[in-house]
Amino acid sequence: MGVHTHVRELGQYVEADTTIAAAIVDRRDARLVGVPGEPQAERLYRRMRFIRRFEESLLELFERGLLNGTTHACIGQEANAIAIVEHLADDDHVFSNHRCHGHFLARTGDALGLMAEIMGKPEGVCGGIGGSQHLCAPGFMSNGVQGGIVPSAAGIALAKQLDASASLSVVFIGDGTLGEGATYETLNLASLWRLPLVVVLEDNGWAQSTPSSANLAGSMRDRFAAFGLPVFEIDSTDVEEIAAVAERALAQARTHDGPVAIVIHTYRLCHHSKNDDNRPADEVAARWELDPIEIHGRRLGVSARAAIDAEVESALQDVIDRALAL
Amino acid sequence: MIAARAMGDALRAALNEDDRVILLGEDLIDPYGGAFKVTRGLSTDFPGRVRSTPISEGAIAGLSAGLALSGYRPIAEIMFGDFLTLCFDQIVNHIAKYEAMYNGKVTCPVIIRTPSGGGRGYGPTHSQSLEKHFFGVPHLRVVGSSLVHEPTAVLRALLAQNSPVLLIEHKLLYPLHLLLPVGGRIESDIAEVHVSADGLPTVSIRAVPREDCSFTVLAYGYQAELARRALSRLAVVEEIFGELVVPSQISPLDWEPIDASVNVTRSLLVIEEGVDGFAWGSEVAARISSHFFGKLRRPVVTAASDPTVIPSSKMLEAEMLMTFERVEQAIRQVAA
Repeated sequence: MGVHTHVRELGQYVEADTTIAAAIVDRRDARLVGVPGEPQAERLYRRMRFIRRFEESLLELFERGLLNGTTHACIGQEANAIAIVEHLADDDHVFSNHRCHGHFLARTGDALGLMAEIMGKPEGVCGGIGGSQHLCAPGFMSNGVQGGIVPSAAGIALAKQLDASASLSVVFIGDGTLGEGATYETLNLASLWRLPLVVVLEDNGWAQSTPSSANLAGSMRDRFAAFGLPVFEIDSTDVEEIAAVAERALAQARTHDGPVAIVIHTYRLCHHSKNDDNRPADEVAARWELDPIEIHGRRLGVSARAAIDAEVESALQDVIDRALAL
Repeated sequence: MIAARAMGDALRAALNEDDRVILLGEDLIDPYGGAFKVTRGLSTDFPGRVRSTPISEGAIAGLSAGLALSGYRPIAEIMFGDFLTLCFDQIVNHIAKYEAMYNGKVTCPVIIRTPSGGGRGYGPTHSQSLEKHFFGVPHLRVVGSSLVHEPTAVLRALLAQNSPVLLIEHKLLYPLHLLLPVGGRIESDIAEVHVSADGLPTVSIRAVPREDCSFTVLAYGYQAELARRALSRLAVVEEIFGELVVPSQISPLDWEPIDASVNVTRSLLVIEEGVDGFAWGSEVAARISSHFFGKLRRPVVTAASDPTVIPSSKMLEAEMLMTFERVEQAIRQVAA
């Protein structure tokens, strides 16, 4: 347990306690975030499996009464986070939403920091104040209000433009976010000012309990195209297919003068938050056939996959044990 | 110097003194220079750092948040205070929350300036003083411009700290000349300046020594100027003496100079232009009544505009807004 002493200078944050700083490095467990030199297919699988099992563990901890509050799992959408983050640079910034664990874990690898945060412990990434939806780490932030994060991300993109930085500001939104006006104010401004903003829309088909057919007029693509954004669209849960699109989109964002949109049609295999799923059972069952972990897992040899599964399991157990002991 | 020009000079000084200062807002750039001309000339002298935006208050506030999170010092202008409603989510759920909810890992020092208030016949949606909806928002400072505070000094103090700020500028003050304390005086009155730990001034004004004042008046913005004029007149014509206390930061309040005055006068009137009920005055009355329980000579008096829409008709507007006459009437009530 470390001492929480923060030294702030000119808006920069310095972690003054070396034991915590050391712990952050220690928190990136290669068994979860990728073993140096391993084949790319194995790396992608390991990283998705990490997110899946982390969130399934969270749900188990909730059931055991060890967590309170709420959480929004991204089970079924792990490929999106991994595919996008795979093509980000260290100085790119990611802004995420209420369903942010996958993005956070893909970006930072800090499973212990997130677990402790959701457990409400002072060692959590935000000292237990932010909880599941309000996370902050180098190059990453999330907030829980739909649409409101989009202008924040555009402001970070404007700062990058003013700094003459070549880096990007990436914001993850959902299909439900398309109902929020702040999104369109921002798309207009970002396009007008040619900001280095990447909007990643994860369309999982359902805004909480409402299907997008009841929420959304017109087409998602056209909403971005209307503001002049190039749109990269894919309907897939295959991490390699999504990564290929992400690579092209982000490469264009780095050379293109202005924002780009990536639209990923996906599916949430779990409930919205906890125990609140009224979707047709046959629809959900059919989508389990497209589970990204399975689709990509089949590319791996049986023993290689089993070995990764065992490593992830043991690493996550360490995370849970360490977090519970804090 | 008139207040609009002084505020423009304050912004110019901020742009000169810190490269991280960026101005955003609707119609800011020359030759228009902003709806109330406060930013006139600045876009010419600081190209790229003074930006006109589309009519998108939420995005203006939200982009400012992102800039501030990245180390810049954005100063956004919302053309009319009435339009603050369009950035309420950004201010309450984003700008004012980031530092605290991320446990101090970031700061979000956004300054949002806005012209507020009635008296110009602009009607129900261009005349309001909506700042009361922002009083008490945790981690947000609300500051009110007044003629007795030097805008450059106030803005420097605000830029020297990291809390987000909502800066309310009453539009009737813009064409009036500043009345700054000089040598402990404003005109013939005694003027005492108290500066908070954060460098924000409260000015206390009285015609006679505090011991000879029978009440304290707390007000900011245009109402502070109306109160100053009313107190001057009553002092000369009727020998009614009260002390006017004008804080620059109006939420949260620096109680020290208010307590110092009320402790002697044992009587308080709070005036605001915002509408009556669940208001600034209510909060001050609750705190002062508790703090000075048993010591006050009469209940705290609050004066505010009537809780209704602000009519466009000048005659009807004058019936519901706090006017000079109503201010004087309220002072008579507390002086009785």
